[in-house]
Amino acid sequence: MSETAVPARRDHGRLVGRLVLIVAASAAFGIALVPLYDTICRVTGLNGKTFSAGGLAADEKPLERVDRSRLVKVEFTGTVMPGLPWELRPLQNSVELHPGEMQQVAFLVRNTASEPVTGQAIPSVTPGQAAQHFHKIECFCFNQQVLAPGEAREMPLMFIVKPELDAEVRTITLSYAFFKAPESTPRKDGRT
Amino acid sequence: MNTATTTVNGHAGHHDGGHHPTGILRWLTTTNHKDIGTMYLSFALIMFFVGGIMILAVRAELFSPGLQLMQPEFFNQLIGVHALVMIFAALMPAATGFANWQIPLMIGAPDMALPRLNNWGFWLLPPAAILLTMPFVLALFGIGDGAIATGWTFYAPLSVQGGIGVDFAIFAVHILGISSILGSINIIVTIFNMRAPGMTMMKLPLFCWGWLITAFLLIATIPVLAGAVTMLLTDRHFGTHFFNAAGGGDPILFQHLFWFFGHPEVYILLLPVWGLMPHVLATFSRKPTYGYRGQVYGFIAIGILSVIVWAHHFFTAGMPVPALLYFMYSTMAISLPLAVLFFCWIATMWRGSMSFETPMLFAVGFIVLFGIAGLTGLVLADVAADAQYHHSYFVVAHFHYALFAGGIMGVMTGVYYWLPKWTGRMYSETLGKWHFWLTVLSFNLTFMPQFFLGLAGMPRRIPDYALQFAEFNAISTVGSFILGLSQLLFAWNIIQCARGRGAPAESRAWEGAEGLEWELSSPPPHHSWEVQPQVK
Repeated sequence: MSETAVPARRDHGRLVGRLVLIVAASAAFGIALVPLYDTICRVTGLNGKTFSAGGLAADEKPLERVDRSRLVKVEFTGTVMPGLPWELRPLQNSVELHPGEMQQVAFLVRNTASEPVTGQAIPSVTPGQAAQHFHKIECFCFNQQVLAPGEAREMPLMFIVKPELDAEVRTITLSYAFFKAPESTPRKDGRT
Repeated sequence: MNTATTTVNGHAGHHDGGHHPTGILRWLTTTNHKDIGTMYLSFALIMFFVGGIMILAVRAELFSPGLQLMQPEFFNQLIGVHALVMIFAALMPAATGFANWQIPLMIGAPDMALPRLNNWGFWLLPPAAILLTMPFVLALFGIGDGAIATGWTFYAPLSVQGGIGVDFAIFAVHILGISSILGSINIIVTIFNMRAPGMTMMKLPLFCWGWLITAFLLIATIPVLAGAVTMLLTDRHFGTHFFNAAGGGDPILFQHLFWFFGHPEVYILLLPVWGLMPHVLATFSRKPTYGYRGQVYGFIAIGILSVIVWAHHFFTAGMPVPALLYFMYSTMAISLPLAVLFFCWIATMWRGSMSFETPMLFAVGFIVLFGIAGLTGLVLADVAADAQYHHSYFVVAHFHYALFAGGIMGVMTGVYYWLPKWTGRMYSETLGKWHFWLTVLSFNLTFMPQFFLGLAGMPRRIPDYALQFAEFNAISTVGSFILGLSQLLFAWNIIQCARGRGAPAESRAWEGAEGLEWELSSPPPHHSWEVQPQVK
């Protein structure tokens, strides 16, 4: 079919090209949102994510300063996600500590299946703004855990609540969701 | 600005007859903006009934507590596919159909700028609609477990675990997205390059302005949705963990990606309607549109604000307080430009010599009911109140006031207003008025009780409910069936016009109508403006 009276046809190509560029840019933006989201979570504590895997960063000295003027209550809880035949409970429901003090607690985990199972714990801290001041030094969530059939194990957790914690936060809840470890290899960037 | 002025082609006069393909080939190969507009609108009307039947089945199940007609799995499939069909296969194609028909007529162009792309943009839709609904049919033959059952939002991890219906929906969204992007590019190029001499951007009809903003929102946000559902697909089949917490991903990330598209989508659906409203109001008030500039700037402001407020859809998912406050205030800020639009609509009618033909009835009904959507939206934008109302029937009622009363009744306004132009025939005013009153009354009968259900604590997306919600649900179901059946009047009225029944329409079908489209015959010639008009 011949296009009859379509004027100024020469302009269309350039404009279409620019619009396609916008489409490409917003597709790239959508993909960039994935790492961007992680960064924003890290900075703001959005979603209660804690990013202290591997302990304190290399340039960070162990905390010597302990804020004895106040006590913070840390509560522990855990959920086993569907598909993982485990039981999970904290040995203590909560501890009270001064910010800056190192504290060790443990979770009791038991495999109820008759075969070895690999699990991965994902921590979450509430309220979200406390997450960036909650430093885990040693945690069973840093690695995947393998339990033999029927095996029960005490899994240790060592942490510090940094003195920079907002004064208004008096209670912090640390929750673990234990997932069945995905079958493929974990992500290479070392995040748990 | 378009300086290429009037192009007259001596050959053009012959184009009405002779060498066009006829029958199905005409529709498969057409590059004519009016044919394509007609196909978009017909497709939208059919899918409107498909989506409507799905939700009537849902309402029938909800007529009384307990499970009577279907299992929860099937219920979940119906609500999700209802939403996807209504949004992507009914409302969006209807708006694109309007754009195809009206934009060239209104700006004095012979056709859309990219006619072949236009054809392809439409013919992508039927395969997408088939992909979306096919899992229902496959399940009848024992293949798979039915359509997507996650609701239209695809939330992970549910969508990662779902059956093949999710894959079908993902591919349907990909295809619909490509179609929308092609349509948008075409509309932007047409508006920028094809305007009649003398039509500056600030003389552009408001309908075209509304669509221009919609088109930019589409090309800026659809790729993000496409990316999100692609990540979902790789999570499901290729071992990635974008949304799998155990593998280092985050299901909340999906909500951010989805609603970064999903919130602008609301305005994508509504801006074309806001654009056509002033034309109808001015016509039947016999006054010029009030506040043209204010409305243009309102459209632009809403377009910009719409992409920075998305997280108000999941206030309860867990966010730091400053983020909650930001999303609350920015959401509420949208009500300011929207209030400008409302005041312009009312001021256009103010002291006009108004008459209430069917399009005007729908326009006034739209203003009142869409106002309720806006005010209840302010309630939901409040972080403290939202904690109570989130995921309740209050939300369902709110967005149906926005998308049925705001979106679909807006589309009906446009259909009644322009149908005489498109078909050359006047529809039956009596049937039109019956359609309006039945629609508006049964709509309120359906959705007003849902506000109270939500306030009383009934969650959405459940097939069964506690006894205390029984009365309101029964009322709502009765209303929904009247609402559904009333739409047959709408279809009948359109079909009669399309068949050439009814009084012939004049070029200027409405006494007070202004604008270039009314200077062409009804129906317009095969090539709309072979000689471009001069706009003073």
